[in-house]
Amino acid sequence: MNNEKTSRQSGRGILDFLMNNVIMISLFVLIVVIAIMQPRFMSTRVLRDILIQNSSRMIIACGMSMVLISGGMDLAAGRIVGLAAVMTGSLGQVAEASRRFFPNLPQLPAVVPLLAAIAICFVFGMLNGVAIAKFSIPPFIVTLGTGMIIWGTNLLYYDLEPNHSQPIGNIQPDIKFTGSGYVFGTIPVIIIIALVVVLSTWFIMKYTPFGRSIYSIGGNRDAAEVCGINVQRTLIWTYAIAAITFAIGGYLECARTNGATAAYGENYEFDAIAACVVGGVSNSGGVGTIPGMVLGVLMFGIINYGLTFLGVQPYWQKIIKGIIILTAVGFDVRKNVRKK
Amino acid sequence: MEQQQYVLEMHGITKEFPGVKALDDVTLKVEPGKVHALMGENGAGKSTLMKCLFGIYKPDAGRIVYQGREVRFQSSMEALRGGISMIHQELQPEPHLTVMENLWMGRLPKRGFMVDYRAMYQNTVAELGRLKLDYDPKALVKTLSVSQIQCLEIAKAVSNNANVIIMDEPTSSLTETEVEYLFGIIEDLRRQGIAIIYISHKMNEIMRIADSVSIMRDGRMIGTWPTSELTIDTIISKMVGRELTEYYPQKTNVPGEVRLRVEDFTSIHPKSFRHVNFELRRGEILGVAGLVGAQRTELFEGIYGIRSHRAGRILLDGQEIRIHHPTDAIRQKIALLTEDRKRSGIFPALGVGENIYLRQYREASRFGKINYRKCNRIASEGVKRFRVKTPGLKTPISSLSGGNQQKVLLARWLMTDPDILILDEPTRGIDVGAKYEIYTFIAGLAAEGKSVIMISSELNELLGMADRIMVMCDGRKTGELTRGEFSEEAVMQLATQFE
Repeated sequence: MNNEKTSRQSGRGILDFLMNNVIMISLFVLIVVIAIMQPRFMSTRVLRDILIQNSSRMIIACGMSMVLISGGMDLAAGRIVGLAAVMTGSLGQVAEASRRFFPNLPQLPAVVPLLAAIAICFVFGMLNGVAIAKFSIPPFIVTLGTGMIIWGTNLLYYDLEPNHSQPIGNIQPDIKFTGSGYVFGTIPVIIIIALVVVLSTWFIMKYTPFGRSIYSIGGNRDAAEVCGINVQRTLIWTYAIAAITFAIGGYLECARTNGATAAYGENYEFDAIAACVVGGVSNSGGVGTIPGMVLGVLMFGIINYGLTFLGVQPYWQKIIKGIIILTAVGFDVRKNVRKK
Repeated sequence: MEQQQYVLEMHGITKEFPGVKALDDVTLKVEPGKVHALMGENGAGKSTLMKCLFGIYKPDAGRIVYQGREVRFQSSMEALRGGISMIHQELQPEPHLTVMENLWMGRLPKRGFMVDYRAMYQNTVAELGRLKLDYDPKALVKTLSVSQIQCLEIAKAVSNNANVIIMDEPTSSLTETEVEYLFGIIEDLRRQGIAIIYISHKMNEIMRIADSVSIMRDGRMIGTWPTSELTIDTIISKMVGRELTEYYPQKTNVPGEVRLRVEDFTSIHPKSFRHVNFELRRGEILGVAGLVGAQRTELFEGIYGIRSHRAGRILLDGQEIRIHHPTDAIRQKIALLTEDRKRSGIFPALGVGENIYLRQYREASRFGKINYRKCNRIASEGVKRFRVKTPGLKTPISSLSGGNQQKVLLARWLMTDPDILILDEPTRGIDVGAKYEIYTFIAGLAAEGKSVIMISSELNELLGMADRIMVMCDGRKTGELTRGEFSEEAVMQLATQFE
């Protein structure tokens, strides 16, 4: 009887392990399947391409996961990315380009557009935070609204004389270096930047009182208030810091593609939310880790790249991705239901 | 053949969870027209037994016989249709629906494919009339009081032709008058031949209304006795498996000089607390009594800075202090254990450890980085000091029993070493053994020289623990009693001084 019991329990243990690591396991299975069908997939070049393609997504997902863990949502993320990209493009063109956004502007150092983009996105992030924390408007509505405002602002800016909504190109080499350059000949700069942002976010969320406050607010806002956590201030900073990551993402998108349009960043918020949720970040707040989020982003990256690699039609790719989101979250919810 | 003596029989119910035997061969037989009390400490298996009845858990062994037939319900909805209904500890009806919609939820009267509101209205009036309830069927549920909602749930059960109604701690948030009202209804139900399984920790109620008492301990049924053969002491000793010579620990605290003085404290809401004055001494336990709605919680949440006040002063050691946010109160070493553990106490997703040390991240960090080793030291000290039963510090707090959750919250606050402790219903929903432990902690803290404010709806608890009781009614302080003047009558008299 004892034996039976232990075997039943260990059976449950394996099931638990499978349930708790659905993402890891499916990621592994996915790689194996793609590798069997297309052995060329297993190369450092492919791996590097996937990482480069997903670096800015990773950075954006960092901010998004903070917002989600706080129990919120940021639907303006994509538009903030777009604004940052256009700002970077407009302030970061080479001096000798034939068509320039600001014809008389000298060529600025690469850091100027970065700081400008961060500053303006930070202000919009604060605005989100204030509306959500001080005026208790639901995050979904606030960021839906600010998203439109930011997009409109971006379109107005993009339409300025003499640009007239023309795509911005001819980005200066120092900026392009951050998006498509290499150090030591083989390591892409953009991956290093993404790594730094991910590690900083991980550190903030795990090792600082501020990060832990975000978890407690997402877990039980009333209790957090009673515990003397300044809920309003923490939330405002959360949205502001998230906006900074979106600004960095936008800057790198412009740098990587050597240009920008006002359509940049469109729907990026949904990619980020999907990646976070698949990575185990709860959309109702309080739960989730940065390593989990990284896995979520990688999973989507590998799916995108791998399916294209296998020659799957893009339309089918969308369907497959949708199914993955639903299954992953379904498993996660089941896991929590069982615990109750 | 044989006249059925029991309406519901549960035979040899056994249920095992990984690592624990939650129910071990439990048998419970319920007679029609009787109030059958089911007692036991939290974690004794009462809720698990009921969940097995309603098919929320599948028992590993045993059978359930209802009205002479073996049954196996798959959900509480199915049980309700069969005539077994449960009135839950924490009722959650739809607040934005009307009384009648709640009553007929899931079986709305229809004409064709449309809801027949007229029939629903008439049926509601009829059903409520059976229980002599006079609510407006079109009133929104959120406008009802807790006891009215409970009676509505009972009406729902009765309208489903219930033969068995299970009440889980039905009086935990009721005032004395509301309890009387509920008991009247229970009396009616009994006369109609309905069996009632009454789950409660409140001894006085059990002694008053139960016909028989079944007591569970550690997942086993200790036995069933007619209430007349039991006393409160024998019930308690059967529940805890040991004799409790006294309910309240010996108090050794000596009240000293005045530490906190509150003057003319008035809420921004005209119907909430107003013109409240009181003092709190070092090493004193100040009890706060009052009926539900007396605004006791609101007053102390106001002092703590969660709610706003319009007028009034708070003086700490003679110095005026300003509190507009809990951070201000915490800075003055004031701590608040809130009334509702789930809503504003625990962080359910976080572990036991983090639930304790999260108040101290700033103290436990260096250069902005949290030192988790220090945090864990704080947590294990708290767990040890407050005898929290937990498998580990990383165990989610939501998997602990109510009593242990409460001890975790006490540990959270006391590890910050506050001077003034406001404890709002510190023993609500906690079993007898854990209650006694919490009383011991409170008495110990007062003896150490901490000032304790204890808000409680259990009068006995205040009479047993407090040095002084201040009584509130309808937002005002209506009086204060010193130990010599303590009596239930005196408190109730002050608590019902409505203007």
